[in-house]
Amino acid sequence: MADPVHRRGFLKRGAATAAVISVAGCSDPSQSPPVRTILGEVENLTRRAQRLFAGGHALAPEFTKADIAPVFRANGTLNPGTNDYAIAAAEGFKNWRIKVGGLVEKPLDLGLTDLKAFPPRTQITRHDCVEGWSCIGQWTGAPLSLILAAARPKSTARYVVFHCADPMGEDGFDAAGNLVPAPHYYESLDLLEATHPQTILAYDLNGAPLPVQNGAPVRLRAERQLGYKMPKYIQTIELMEDFSRIGGGKGGYWEDQGYTWYGGI
Amino acid sequence: MSSTGEALGKFDEWIGMVRARLGLRPREPKETYPFYRHTIPVRVLHWINAICMVMMLLTGLQIFNAHPALYWGKSADFDHPILSMTAQGTAEHYWGVTQIGPWTFNTDGVFGVSDTDGVKTVRGFPEWATFPGPSPNLAIGRLWHFFIAWILVLNGLAYFAWVFWSGHFRKELLPTKQNLKDLPHEIVTHAQLKFPKGEAAKHYNGLQRLTYFVAIFVFGPLIVLTGLTMSPTMDSAFPILLWVFGGRQSARTIHFILAFSFLGFFIVHMLALLLSHPINGLRSMITGRFAIEKDDAHG
Repeated sequence: MADPVHRRGFLKRGAATAAVISVAGCSDPSQSPPVRTILGEVENLTRRAQRLFAGGHALAPEFTKADIAPVFRANGTLNPGTNDYAIAAAEGFKNWRIKVGGLVEKPLDLGLTDLKAFPPRTQITRHDCVEGWSCIGQWTGAPLSLILAAARPKSTARYVVFHCADPMGEDGFDAAGNLVPAPHYYESLDLLEATHPQTILAYDLNGAPLPVQNGAPVRLRAERQLGYKMPKYIQTIELMEDFSRIGGGKGGYWEDQGYTWYGGI
Repeated sequence: MSSTGEALGKFDEWIGMVRARLGLRPREPKETYPFYRHTIPVRVLHWINAICMVMMLLTGLQIFNAHPALYWGKSADFDHPILSMTAQGTAEHYWGVTQIGPWTFNTDGVFGVSDTDGVKTVRGFPEWATFPGPSPNLAIGRLWHFFIAWILVLNGLAYFAWVFWSGHFRKELLPTKQNLKDLPHEIVTHAQLKFPKGEAAKHYNGLQRLTYFVAIFVFGPLIVLTGLTMSPTMDSAFPILLWVFGGRQSARTIHFILAFSFLGFFIVHMLALLLSHPINGLRSMITGRFAIEKDDAHG
């Protein structure tokens, strides 16, 4: 499709427009606080209803090699574009570390070889973008449940928050002239979805190391969720009791722009 | 009350004009008696449903605009969509095109490229066909769509419970063998805009039964199920959905086709109302009372 405008820029523009509208106090009823509260409660209702049927362990459908798309569509950040990332990529990510911390008994600091030492899981699954399209690929990675088991979450831990290497947008300055760095992509899952058997930290796509545009060296796969729930370029995994003090407080970069935290529909 | 009467009078006048334009005979006022046609549950559920269906279409198109293309199968073959609404041209000079299968149409101003607040914008469906409107905000469109979906489904389940429990389904909605036999004849009389009168107007005719039956009991559940098939979590709970609809992208396409089938139903529903007994029909869905013309009634 020779469409110059939609695809990815769409989401960012949409978010920007929403921000402009909320500042302008437009008459859109979606912006009024009681309406937002009701719409938010509906998200909880949908999550509970879907969990009633899918539970903790219903598996997302898996496909055959014949179903794999020739090129796995890349979306969102295609390259974090920072100096640190460029150096890491040039080194073949041999010095990339993923730290696991927060509410855990035993914090971890994992390199790619450490990650590959966990018994890997390979799955051919369908990636569903919130925009409406789907793409099928084969992912290999370390089950997140094993990594969490190694880190031993404390009993107060409820969410797994992923901090990523890709800045969203540009650094800027506030009214007082202070530097405001661009927020980085982040996401969160609850422990039920994080310990699902198909939730993996993927390092291979279609039998080869993850390409940069698909999140090299490590991205999350949470196969019962939409694409924005599966962050790329993962650097830190933090177990938390609640995520309200991170970013915009909604549990993820897109959630802060108005998308639902529950991404199962 | 009098202003309502005035408005209805004006409306009746306008209907008369439309009928004259269409070359139809003016309707002569005849002596009538009231017939209690629609029960309270049916009327209440009808109007809730009507509002929900309109909102579902508008918010659905808002969501569709995030990726205005349809595919068939398990995943998206981006180079071969069944339908797409895109922009062609250069950054300075571009226009909207709609592609359906092998055909491409210039749909500038409506599909692909249309005005948003006076600015030529690349978007699938135009602003007026979407809710909440100007901003191409997928997040808010989804919030509304799933909120109204809950009301629509609960309302639909209440309606199903009522029509089965009250016997309305068997008596008025389930097409009979005789209905199916009469169908060709009824299609002809409907096309001639001759509508049932007297005693016959007290019950749904075969064409109505068949249309309502298919819309409510076939398309209704299908549009809900195809919607749920797009949810990755529901696919993990009920993988059979993918088998039934031939994959997530097929389900999305069927969902879209059903939405426009409902739009077609709505247009025919409105035409049938306007061309038969507009005020009478509308009133019967508000107060329940439908005026039956006396001289046509058999006993």
